[in-house]
Amino acid sequence: MPISTRSAALRLQVETALAGRVLSPLEFRDRTLVEAVSSGIGEIDELTGGLPRGCLTEIFGGACSGRSSLLLAALAARTRAGEVCALVDGRDAFDPAAGLAAGVNLRQLLWVRCKNIEQALRATDLLIQGGGFGLIALDLSDEAARVVRQVQLSVWFRFRRAVEGTPTILFLLGQESHAKTCASLVLRMESEVGVWTETTREKASALDPVVQPILAVRPSPKTTSADNEAQEKISHAAGCLLESAKSWAEVVRSRMQSADGQPRGSRVMSIDAREMDRKRMNAAGFTLKTQWNYLHKPENQNANEG
Amino acid sequence: MGRRAIAARNLFGASADMAFAAIYVPEFMVQAVVRAEWHAELPAKLRRPDPTYRVASSVTKSRPDPTCHTTKICHSERSEESAFFRRTSETDSAAHVASRGRPIALIDAGAAPLFSVVAANAAARNAGICLGMTKANAAQFAGLEIRARSTVAEKAARAALRDVGWSVSPRLEETAPDLIVLDVAGLSALLGTHEQIAELLAVRAADCGLRVNVAIAENLLAAEVAARGFAGITLIAAREEAARIGELPISVLSPPEEMAETLALWGIKTCAQLARLPVLQLSERLGQAGVRLRTRARGAASRALVVAEADLTFAEELELDDAVEELEPLSFVLGRLLDQLCARLTARALAASLLRVRFDLQPAFENALDVRTEVVRAKNVQGIYERTMQLPVPMRDAKLLLKLLRLRLQGNPPGSPIIKVLVAAEAARPRVAQGGLFLPSFPDVEKLELTLARLAGVVGEGNVGSPELMDTHRPGEFRMKRFSPLRAEVNGSDRKKSVRKRGSENIDKHLPKQSSAMSFRVFRPPLPIHVNSREGRPAEVFLQGRRAEVRKASGPWRTSGEWWREEQWSEDQWDLEVCFVGGNGSRTGAFPSAKVSPRKSTQKDAAKPETFAKEFGRYRIYFDVVRQGWFARGMYD
Repeated sequence: MPISTRSAALRLQVETALAGRVLSPLEFRDRTLVEAVSSGIGEIDELTGGLPRGCLTEIFGGACSGRSSLLLAALAARTRAGEVCALVDGRDAFDPAAGLAAGVNLRQLLWVRCKNIEQALRATDLLIQGGGFGLIALDLSDEAARVVRQVQLSVWFRFRRAVEGTPTILFLLGQESHAKTCASLVLRMESEVGVWTETTREKASALDPVVQPILAVRPSPKTTSADNEAQEKISHAAGCLLESAKSWAEVVRSRMQSADGQPRGSRVMSIDAREMDRKRMNAAGFTLKTQWNYLHKPENQNANEG
Repeated sequence: MGRRAIAARNLFGASADMAFAAIYVPEFMVQAVVRAEWHAELPAKLRRPDPTYRVASSVTKSRPDPTCHTTKICHSERSEESAFFRRTSETDSAAHVASRGRPIALIDAGAAPLFSVVAANAAARNAGICLGMTKANAAQFAGLEIRARSTVAEKAARAALRDVGWSVSPRLEETAPDLIVLDVAGLSALLGTHEQIAELLAVRAADCGLRVNVAIAENLLAAEVAARGFAGITLIAAREEAARIGELPISVLSPPEEMAETLALWGIKTCAQLARLPVLQLSERLGQAGVRLRTRARGAASRALVVAEADLTFAEELELDDAVEELEPLSFVLGRLLDQLCARLTARALAASLLRVRFDLQPAFENALDVRTEVVRAKNVQGIYERTMQLPVPMRDAKLLLKLLRLRLQGNPPGSPIIKVLVAAEAARPRVAQGGLFLPSFPDVEKLELTLARLAGVVGEGNVGSPELMDTHRPGEFRMKRFSPLRAEVNGSDRKKSVRKRGSENIDKHLPKQSSAMSFRVFRPPLPIHVNSREGRPAEVFLQGRRAEVRKASGPWRTSGEWWREEQWSEDQWDLEVCFVGGNGSRTGAFPSAKVSPRKSTQKDAAKPETFAKEFGRYRIYFDVVRQGWFARGMYD
C-alpha cells in the first residue's frame, strides 16, 4: 500500500475516532492570524492592527494614563457596530455619563458592579461561559497591584482558552501587566500633562454674563511676570478649562501579524519629528478631549439608542 | 400522505361535516393525585405512548375499559390494539408509580374525622376496596396505598385536560371534570386523519401526565359513551354507533340508581340489550328518562356542543404532606410543576412571558410556644411568599425556568418551611427569531437570562444591568435597569460589506483620527479630602494619605438643587491637575527614563512637551456646602 494511501487511511481513522470532540484535529491552525476589529482610536489601530477577537488584550498603566479612555473608545466602537458588550467593573468606578459622551450605547452595555476582585473574576468567568458578547472588559484599574498579582496565572490562562475561537474580545485593565503570556496584545499607557485653556479676565467675562459675578469676587492671581497681558491671564476661573490630554500607548507584546508578516508594533509610525523617540518604542499618541457638554443630558442617551 | 389519501381514510367520507372527539380520563381523582409523580419520575420516552401503535378502529374491536366499573375485565386478542395498553403497563411496571400498577385508594381529607374512601383505582377495587369504606377498614388491606384526595390537583388536571383539547380544536366542551368533547370536523386537512388526531390527543395528554381514552364519532353522545367505555383510542364509523356501543355495559350511560336497579332486575346488562327493548313498553315502565337512555344506548341521541370559553391562565399547584425547608427538595417540586406547566403551554403553542411563584409558609415554630392572644390568633394565619419573574422573551423550557427560579430563590429564600407551592405563568406567543449570517454575535437570550441571574447571585440584584442616566442636574445620578440589548439588523448594503470583509482584518479604516473622549472614573462614595486654599483656589490637596500640589485648577463650578428636600445638594466643583509630592518616581513621565534614549539632555529636549518628573493626576473635587467639607468625585483617566 502506498504511503499516501496509508496516511489518508490513518488520517480518516483519527478523525473518525475524534469526531464530535475535536473539530478538524489534523488541520493546522495559525493562531497568529486572528480577526481584528477597530479599537475606536485610529492611532491605536494603526499601531496594533486593531483588537484581536478571541484573544486577551491587556491594557495597563498608572492613574490618569488614558487606559479607561481607550476602554470607552473600544466599547463605543463595538456597541456602535451592534454588538453586546460587558464591563466588569472591579471597583464600581464607571461613569455612565462619560460613557455616553464617548459614544457608548448604554443599552448594549452590561455593567457588572463588583465590590472586590473575587466578584470580578467570577463575573468575568460567567460572562465568558455565557458567550455571545463582542467585548468583555475586566477593569481592575483601581485594585491594588499587589492584590491582582495574587491572581494565579492559571486564571488568565483559563480566560484565554475560554475566549479562544469565539468572537469575543477579552479586555483587561490594570495598573501592571498581570496576564503575562496569556495576553495576545499588551499595551502600556502613559499620559502627558493636560492642555488647559487660558484666557484673560476680560475675555472670560465676555463669555457669559453668568460668570461675571464670580470673576468679580476672585482676586487676580499674583504673577511674577512683567508682561501685563500675562498678568491678566487667569488659570482658575471660568476661562480655564481642562481641554484635553495626550496619552501614549506602547506595544509591550503582540502576537498579531500584519499583512507583510511582521509582528505588529514594529513598524515605523508616521508621527511628527519631535516624537521620534516614541516611534522607536513602538508607541503611538492620541489626544483625549474632555466633553464639557456631556453632563446632565439624558436626552443624548435616547438619541443614541434610537 | 396526500390530501386525497387523508380524505380516503376519513371515517365519515369527504362530505362528512360533523365529527366529535371525546377524551375521558379514567380514575380521574386517582390520576390527578399521582399525575405529578408519574410525570416527573418517568423518563420522557416512557411517558409518551409508542407513536407506532395501532388503534382500535371500527373494524378492529377495542376492549372495554376495565375501569368502567364492570366486574369482567376483557383482554384484547389482537396484538396491534394492545400496543397502547402494553406501553402503559410497561411504564407502570418500570416506575411503580402510575395509578394502575398499584392499589391506591383516596380518602376525603376534608371530612375529618370520618375519613372514607372516595375513589380507588382498578387494582384497589380488584383487591376488594369499595367506595365509602372507612379509612380504618381500608388500612387493613396489605399493599394498599391510602392517599388524601386533592381538589387542587384535580383542578390542575382538569386544566391540563382542557389544554390538551384546545391544542387541537378551539371548539371544546367541558362535559364533566373527567371528560371533554371536541369538535374535530374539518381538521383532517390540518392534522391528518381522525386516527392521527386521536393519536395526537393521546400523546399530548400523556405529555401532561394523563392517561386518557379517546373516541371519535360522528355523534357527540356516541363519542362520549365510547370514550367512557373503551380504553385507548376508539374510532366509530358513521351508522355503526349502535353496534359499537351495544357491547358496553349500561353503567357507561350513567343511569339513575333506581333505573339501574330495575334494568338489572330485568336482566338488561348491556347497551345492546337495552336498545332491543320496545320503546312503548319501556316508556310505560320507565318514562321518558328510560326512552332517552334507550336512544343513547342505540347511539342515536344527539345534542349541541356547549363550547367552553378558552382561558389563558396557566397555574400548577401542589400541597405538600410535609413542609419543605431546603432548596434541594423544593427544586424537585418546582421541577415537577414546571414540567406540567410547560407541557400545557406547549400543547397550546404558547410560552411563559412571566412566571409567578407563591409559597404558603408554615407559621414559625417559636410562635407555637407563645401564648399571647395576638400571637395565638396569628398562628393560624399562614405566611405567603411570592415572587414574580419577568422573562425577557417568552420561554417554555422547564429546565431553564427551574434554574432561573433556583437562582432567584437562592438570593431571597423564604423565611419559613413551605407547605404549598403554586407556579403560575402568563402566556404569550413564543419568540420566533432567526439569527442572520451577517449579524454581529448576540448572546442567546435564554442563556443570557441565566447568566444575568447567576451574576445577580454573585454581585447582588441591583448591581447588574444597563445604566440609565436620570433626568436631573445632580452630578452622577443614574439608575440600573434591566439589561435587554437590541439585536442589530443589517440591510443589504451592510451585508455586502460584511461579505467583503470576511476573512480579512476588519479594521474600520474609515474612522477619522479624531480625538476621543476623555474618560472619568468615579469614586463611589466620594473620597473625603483635605484642601489648603490659596487666594481662593485649591493649592494643596491631601488625597488618600498623600500630599499633592495643585498645578492647574479650574473652578469653582457651582451646582445646587432640590433645596426643598432633605437630599438637597450644593457644591463648588473644581478640576485639578495635581503633582504628588514624595512619590517614588516609578511611574514618572510618559515613559520611564531608562527606556527613553539614554542620550544627554539637550536644548531640543527642553522644547519637548512637558512630561512629569513626578506622579501626577487629574481629579475633580468639590466643596460640599451642605456638609461643609471637601470631597474627591473622581479622576480623569
